[in-house]
Amino acid sequence: MPQYPNRQFLDFEQPIKTLYEEIDKLKQTAEKSKIDMSETIGKMEGAIIEKRKEITSHLTPWQRVQLSRHPDRPYTLKYIEKTFSGFLELHGDRNVKDDKAMVGGFAQLDGETVMVIGQQKGSNTKMRQMRNFGMANPEGYRKALRLMRLAEKFNKPIITLIDTPGAFPGLEAEERGQGEAIARNIYEMIRLKVPVICVIIGEGASGGALGIGVGDRVCMLENSWYTVISPENCSTILWRSWEKKETAAEQLRLTAIDMKGFGLVDEIIPEPIGGAHWDYNDAAVYLKKYLINVLPELKSIDPNTRINQRIEKFGKMGFWQES
Amino acid sequence: MKKEFEEDLEANLTGEEEVQHEDAARRSWFKRKKKGILTSTADKKETPEGLWNKCPNCNLISTTSDLKENLFVCPKCSYHHRIGSDEYYEIVFDNNEYTELFGNILSKDFLNFTDLKNYQKRLDDIHAKTDLKDSMRVAVGKVNGEGIVIACMDFEFIGGSLGSVMGEKFSRAVDHCIEHRLPFLVISKSGGARMMESAFSLMQLAKTSGKLSQLSDAQLPYISLLTDPTFGGISASFGMLGDLNIAEPGALIGFAGPRVIKETIKKDLPEGFQRSEFLLEHGFLDFIIDRKLLKDKLSQLIILFKN
Ligand SMILES: [Zn+2]
Repeated sequence: MPQYPNRQFLDFEQPIKTLYEEIDKLKQTAEKSKIDMSETIGKMEGAIIEKRKEITSHLTPWQRVQLSRHPDRPYTLKYIEKTFSGFLELHGDRNVKDDKAMVGGFAQLDGETVMVIGQQKGSNTKMRQMRNFGMANPEGYRKALRLMRLAEKFNKPIITLIDTPGAFPGLEAEERGQGEAIARNIYEMIRLKVPVICVIIGEGASGGALGIGVGDRVCMLENSWYTVISPENCSTILWRSWEKKETAAEQLRLTAIDMKGFGLVDEIIPEPIGGAHWDYNDAAVYLKKYLINVLPELKSIDPNTRINQRIEKFGKMGFWQES
Repeated sequence: MKKEFEEDLEANLTGEEEVQHEDAARRSWFKRKKKGILTSTADKKETPEGLWNKCPNCNLISTTSDLKENLFVCPKCSYHHRIGSDEYYEIVFDNNEYTELFGNILSKDFLNFTDLKNYQKRLDDIHAKTDLKDSMRVAVGKVNGEGIVIACMDFEFIGGSLGSVMGEKFSRAVDHCIEHRLPFLVISKSGGARMMESAFSLMQLAKTSGKLSQLSDAQLPYISLLTDPTFGGISASFGMLGDLNIAEPGALIGFAGPRVIKETIKKDLPEGFQRSEFLLEHGFLDFIIDRKLLKDKLSQLIILFKN
């Protein structure tokens, strides 16, 4: 995890940067004048924590979206590294290729074998391209399904980590059936005989997210978002302009609190003060705590009952009136 | 190969009537107007006999009544004009006899969603102008004597968008099929998810898949007929999950819309891209069916599955 001065700051995080800069100045002064300023510096460091808390206590939905895309935010492989042990990455859909925007494999969660699958973003320009910005092609969804079937065969629970701005809208993606690939995953996931837990760790955009997002429990990290379309695309289509992304983010009600309130997700997993990018270890601790808490409960249910409950859970979603 | 004509598919999802559209005029010929309860089905459409209609593909001029006679297929180039549930039901059901199911389920603006217009206002306006209740109707009837449940989308209703009502009607249609041991046909024609219902619309993908899984366990056939256009959430769920996936000729079908793809790859799209023939070639359709052969093919399929 990057440390100051290598940290990146979003516009609304600038007050935190200012505090770091003030600390820097104090440290320089202390060095020059040989005066012990550790007490003041300690207070300033406390002020940084307070500022992180303050900023995240009143974020707009759009700022929440920005936070979910924070350049320092941990991605799927980071969570896998910190939450699980002995990750064995498995590659390929056995058909077209290995999609680098989707990763997965066996890992140990608190001593138990599970299958972990998720979209992967890159942390620098080169890696971002390699990972296709976390936008999977059909072969990515088919690889995910292959791994889920493997897990099912050996009775291992499945955990998916969702972080995508959407499924890739490319020419080859259409040729190879992007729609079919996502549809197939949704259909098969609802029938999986093993427990499935889905966690939105960053961006949960549309079918691209739902393509690995059908589970017995679906939860969201505090600063993630999940809805039918990205605020930018929604603005373009409904407002006929790029300018209304903030409004679109508000209208879409895409935050974890909204989604929990609607009953569309089951739980909100807390993040470290100020967001997951401030402390990868703590972020993983919170995730792990949730997973090892809920897994035994899911495992205690008979597979057919679990499937029926899954179908029922999604079957209840929606709002309408009857005349 | 058919001449490609550009269309702003996404504009339909906004539910705006005034959307600029190359063949907007053509579509308005078939626009449903609200009628009194006593009006017969046949009179529901405003089909001014004297009006001329230009085929957007080959420019052939024909009267609306001539077109209707030909099941809204261009007599010269076979272009399949967009039609709604009324027309499909009339084409497929014996003697145009069918019972509409779950017509009492209506959308509501649970989120108080407001873009350029408030969603509830949008719904009220459409309800005032047309007798369509939502973007999907469900009906049960007979096709050459064989019983079937047909769910059919109406593109006129906010671009045939998938929202909670479509999800719920779809679910109850599946229940009806299971209860009465009937096959299920879905005729899709949609721009994708209904954005005004936000994540609720997305969850309909999972909801309908769950129901399809129950239909599958009951060993009842599910046929997905894709018509022009079918995009987004429909193709990423039940649209592509048929025991048989079939399509009308020349229909534009895909996950991402042409505009988005073009912007992503920064190139023009090849001719015929995302058309039915393209999907057949790439292995995603069982066959393409001409509208005039649809009815007989359907009953043939039902018998095939039954015997
Ligand atoms: Zn023609």
